[in-house]
Amino acid sequence: MSGPLDEVARRAGEWLRGVGPMHEIVISSRIRLARNVRGYHFLSKADTAMRAELAEALANAMRRATLLKDMLHVDVEHLDELDRQFLVERHLISRQLAEGTGARRVAFDVSEAASIMINEEDHLRIQVMRSGLQISAAWEQINAIDDALEEHLDYEFHPQYGYLTACPTNVGTGIRVSVMLHLPALRLTNELEKVGQAARDMKLAVRGLHGEGTEALGDFFQISNQITLGRGEAEIIDDLGTAVIPKIVEYELAAREALLKGRLQALDDKVWRAMGMLKAARLISSSEAMQYLSHVRMGLHIGRLSTIDLQTLNELFLQIQPAHLQKLHGERLSGEQRSIERAAVIRARLNAN
Amino acid sequence: MGLCERCKKAKATFHLTNIERSGDKAERHLCDKCAAEEGLLQAPKASVDLSELLENFIAGAKSGAADLSGLVCEHCGLSYVEFRNQGLLGCAHDYERFKDQINRLLERTHDGSSHHVGKAPRSLGLKPKPQLDIRRLRRQLEEAVAGEDYERAADLRDRIQELEKS
Repeated sequence: MSGPLDEVARRAGEWLRGVGPMHEIVISSRIRLARNVRGYHFLSKADTAMRAELAEALANAMRRATLLKDMLHVDVEHLDELDRQFLVERHLISRQLAEGTGARRVAFDVSEAASIMINEEDHLRIQVMRSGLQISAAWEQINAIDDALEEHLDYEFHPQYGYLTACPTNVGTGIRVSVMLHLPALRLTNELEKVGQAARDMKLAVRGLHGEGTEALGDFFQISNQITLGRGEAEIIDDLGTAVIPKIVEYELAAREALLKGRLQALDDKVWRAMGMLKAARLISSSEAMQYLSHVRMGLHIGRLSTIDLQTLNELFLQIQPAHLQKLHGERLSGEQRSIERAAVIRARLNAN
Repeated sequence: MGLCERCKKAKATFHLTNIERSGDKAERHLCDKCAAEEGLLQAPKASVDLSELLENFIAGAKSGAADLSGLVCEHCGLSYVEFRNQGLLGCAHDYERFKDQINRLLERTHDGSSHHVGKAPRSLGLKPKPQLDIRRLRRQLEEAVAGEDYERAADLRDRIQELEKS
């Protein structure tokens, strides 16, 4: 196992730096745009030859765009399963692209802030990720990428429906704004359901760490818009960035405050027990590790623990995932071997701190 | 409603249409009592057998589905039924081909909207609508309505419509 992705495995993407507004609770802001180009069927009706032609044409358009010329191009079709899983864990590609068939690619920049998937559900899925609550900054960047691509491509655009997408649920702006939140105190105080209900009432989707169809691991949740037609990008961004997300952050902070005031011993127990488990465990699954890391992360932010820094913690969240463990270890591991390796990696990092 | 053609006293509640071999129709209108006396109130013995009924029913169901499966995009070959099953369209032309069905679907999934607002490719030379202004005005409109200031609400509504048209 070697190649450009090994280099990628050793660092953490820009969006995991743990900076940016409200970064204690808002892990990342992500925007994706769905685009299709004229002259080709959508992918469900594109045969092998058309898919290959599309992949070539779209990758060439990217290479011609000055703004995107430094992007690293990866041929996902010919990647082995471990490398595909690795890219999913880094949020550079979706599960759908990893598990798909036929010609498909991804291009991303060195900072991993921007990535462009070719031949996912739509011809193009452009994505920009930022650390903390930075939806507007993410929009500026993705809008510029979209403009740059448009100079070299002919997008499908309908006067009434806007940008046409394979699934009508994305038509219009083709935008999905997702914010990843860390809400351990709301979970501990059993108030998460209220947040979830409020979000659903506003036609927002609440999902787990890796988006569609995934469970919430380690108290991480993604909130995203579902309506893409009849509302402009600015309105959707403004809604989430200035109304919804700050409100949820406020709730989480209030829940943390309430725990600190009323249940300090119970809170300290959660935080320190988690730290103890991480430092002592010899076999640990990724969901168990995520849960403990989540409690430690909260402990760090509310000042109950200072023996670890945020950067280390953020890197651990990434590196304990199955494909990362195997890439960093340098060989394939069975489920039990991964649990052993995961526990060892965590102990080494925490005891060195 | 007419009277019974037999006793000419009670209201006719029993109506029978016999179709003769010649194709002529013979209608009879009787009251309950007379119909019973003529031995007509018992349900006529099923003259069509069950299998024939079933066959007709299945054929009917099939022809109902045929109305939709006849809806096929000539560009990508996607049928409407196929779209309904998989949720994905096959090409841009499908939006026109299945317009009625898609409009209904869009209004359901996008909170009643069926028209795009927002960015458009620059090559089309369209001027983007001032989204945030419209949004601010909409908020003010809601406030005006809530405060029963209808004169202001009407004025705001006009300004919103003006912006949306531009």
